[in-house]
Amino acid sequence: MRPSTIWYIIKQGFKNIRRNWMFSVASILNMAACIFLVGVFYVIMANVNHNVRLAEGKIPITVFFEIGTTQEEIDWVGEQIRARPDVQTITFVSADEAWDNFSKTMFPENSAAAEIFRDDNPLVNDSNYQITVNNISLQSSLVKYIEGLDHVREVKQSVRAADFLTDFIRMLNIVSLVIIGILLLLSLFLISNTVSIGISVRKEEISIMKYIGATDRFVRAPFVLEGVLLGAVGAAIPLISLYFVYETAIRYIWEYFNVLSGSVEFLSVERVYRVLLPMGILLGVGVGYLSSSFTSRRHVRV
Amino acid sequence: MIDLVDVTKSYGKGLPALNHATLHIEKGEFVFVVGTSGSGKSTLIKLLLKELDATSGNITVSGERLNRMRPRRIPKFRRKIGVVFQDFRLLKDRNVYENVAFAQRVIGRPTRVIKSRVPEVLQEVGLADKYKSFPDELSGGEQQRVALARALVNRPDILLADEPTGNLDPRTSDEIMALLDQVNERGTTVLVVTHNKDIVNAMRKRVVTMRNGVIVSDEQEGAYHEA
Ligand SMILES: Nc1ncnc2c1ncn2[C@@H]1O[C@H](COP(=O)(O)OP(=O)(O)OP(=O)(O)O)[C@@H](O)[C@H]1O
Ligand SMILES: [Mg+2]
Repeated sequence: MRPSTIWYIIKQGFKNIRRNWMFSVASILNMAACIFLVGVFYVIMANVNHNVRLAEGKIPITVFFEIGTTQEEIDWVGEQIRARPDVQTITFVSADEAWDNFSKTMFPENSAAAEIFRDDNPLVNDSNYQITVNNISLQSSLVKYIEGLDHVREVKQSVRAADFLTDFIRMLNIVSLVIIGILLLLSLFLISNTVSIGISVRKEEISIMKYIGATDRFVRAPFVLEGVLLGAVGAAIPLISLYFVYETAIRYIWEYFNVLSGSVEFLSVERVYRVLLPMGILLGVGVGYLSSSFTSRRHVRV
Repeated sequence: MIDLVDVTKSYGKGLPALNHATLHIEKGEFVFVVGTSGSGKSTLIKLLLKELDATSGNITVSGERLNRMRPRRIPKFRRKIGVVFQDFRLLKDRNVYENVAFAQRVIGRPTRVIKSRVPEVLQEVGLADKYKSFPDELSGGEQQRVALARALVNRPDILLADEPTGNLDPRTSDEIMALLDQVNERGTTVLVVTHNKDIVNAMRKRVVTMRNGVIVSDEQEGAYHEA
C-alpha cells in the first residue's frame, strides 16, 4: 500500500471514532474496566502465588532413620536427597537437638522434665533431616523417592497443608480466569457494536466504494483500525492508573495491617508490570482487533 | 464489450426479473435501455456490475466471465466500469473535489496522480469552477456532473447509467445526455437506462426495449416504444 493510502485509512479510522464518539467512549470505558479488573485479579493472583511459594518453602518433610544407622550412612542418605533438584533446603537435626526442641515446646515452663531425661534421651533414635521443597506439588514424588532409600525408617510430611495450598491456588486461578473471560466477552461485544454502528452510519459511503472498486480490505481497514485504537486506549487507561493505585494500595496495607509484616511479602510494581503491561496491551489491542475484524468482515460483504 | 447469453435472474418465486436475455454490445457503442417500471433494467445493471449473480446463462463484461469470477477479483473488475445513478450518491460531507478524488483514493492512486487527474475530469464535465462546493450547494444537474466525473476519473472502459436524468428537468437532462454522448465519442462504451422518451427519440441511438424481464426489441437508431 502507498503511504498516501495508509494515511487516508488512518484519517478515516479517527474520523469513525469522532463521528460516533459516545459509543467510542463507552467501548473505551468498558475495555478500561475489563483491563482494570484483569489487572486487579492479576495483581492479587501474582501476590498470592508469590506468598504461597514462600510458604511452601516453610512446610518441611521430616526423614527418620532405621535404628542403628551410623552417622556415615546418614550422611550418605543426605547426599542422595541433596542431589534432587526439587529440594530447596536440607538440615540435619541430631537426637539431642530433637529432644531440646520437643521439650521446649512440651514443657516451656519446666526445664526439670528436660533434666530428667538429659542422659537418657527418649528420642535417641529420632535424629532426622528437615527438608523443604521448591515446589509443593512435587513433594509427593520426592517423599516416594526418599522412602525408597536404604536406612530410611519413616518420612513424615504435612500432606494436608501441601494439598490444601495446591488446591487453593488452582481454584483461585480458575475463578479469576472465568471472571476475566466473561469481562473480555463483554468487551468484544461492545467494540463489535461500536464498529457496526460506525459501519451502518457509513453504509452509503461503503456501497459507493464498492461500486468504484475498493477492495474489501481497504473498506474494512479504517474500521479495524478503529477497533484496535479503542482497545489500545481502553488498555492504556487502566494500565497507567493501576500503576499508581498498586503502589498506594501497598503503602496503605502496610500502614493499617502491619500485623501482616513478616508473614506477607508484596511483589514490586515493576515485577508485576513485567507481565501485566504486555498482557494488558495485548488483550486490549487483541480484543479490539478481533471484534472489529470479525464485525467488519460480516458487514462489508461484496 | 458486453455479452449476455441466455441470462436469467430470479429473485425468488414468481416471474424472473430477467428472462432468457441475450444482448451483445460492441466496444464504443452507445445504447439506451428502456422499458416500463419493473421490467428488469436495474437488475441488468446490477448483473453487469457483478452486484448480483445470474441464476443461469453467461455474462462477459470487458473480457471477464462474471459467472466464474472469484470474489477477490471483483474490485479489480469494477475499476473498469463507471456507474452513475438517478440519486447521484455523492458524499455530503465532502466537497466536489474530494468526492471525485475519493474514487482514486479508494483504489490506491498516488496523490500526485489525483492532483492532476481530478481537475482534468472536472473540466470535462464543466465543473472546474465549483470544485470547492459541497453537494448541498449544487443544483441537481451539477450534482450529476460530479457523479459523472467520479465515474470517469479512473478512465473506465464502460459507463453504466441507471436513469441519470430521472431527477432532472428537461433542459438539464439534455445537458447530461450531451455529456454522456461526448464521453462515448472519446471511446467509452455507454449504456444508459432511461424513461426519457424525448431524449431517446431525439438522439437516434441503439435502443433496447424490455418488458417483464424480456428484451422485446433491439433497434439501431431506434425510438422509444411504449410498453
Ligand atoms: N432485491 C429484490 N428482491 C426481490 N425482487 C426484486 C429485487 N429487486 C428487484 N426485484 C423485482 O425484479 C423486477 C425488476 O426490477 P428492476 O429494479 O430491475 O426494474 P426496473 O426496470 O429497474 O424498474 P424501474 O424502472 O422502476 O427502476 C421487479 O419486479 C422487482 O420487483
Ligand atoms: Mg430501476
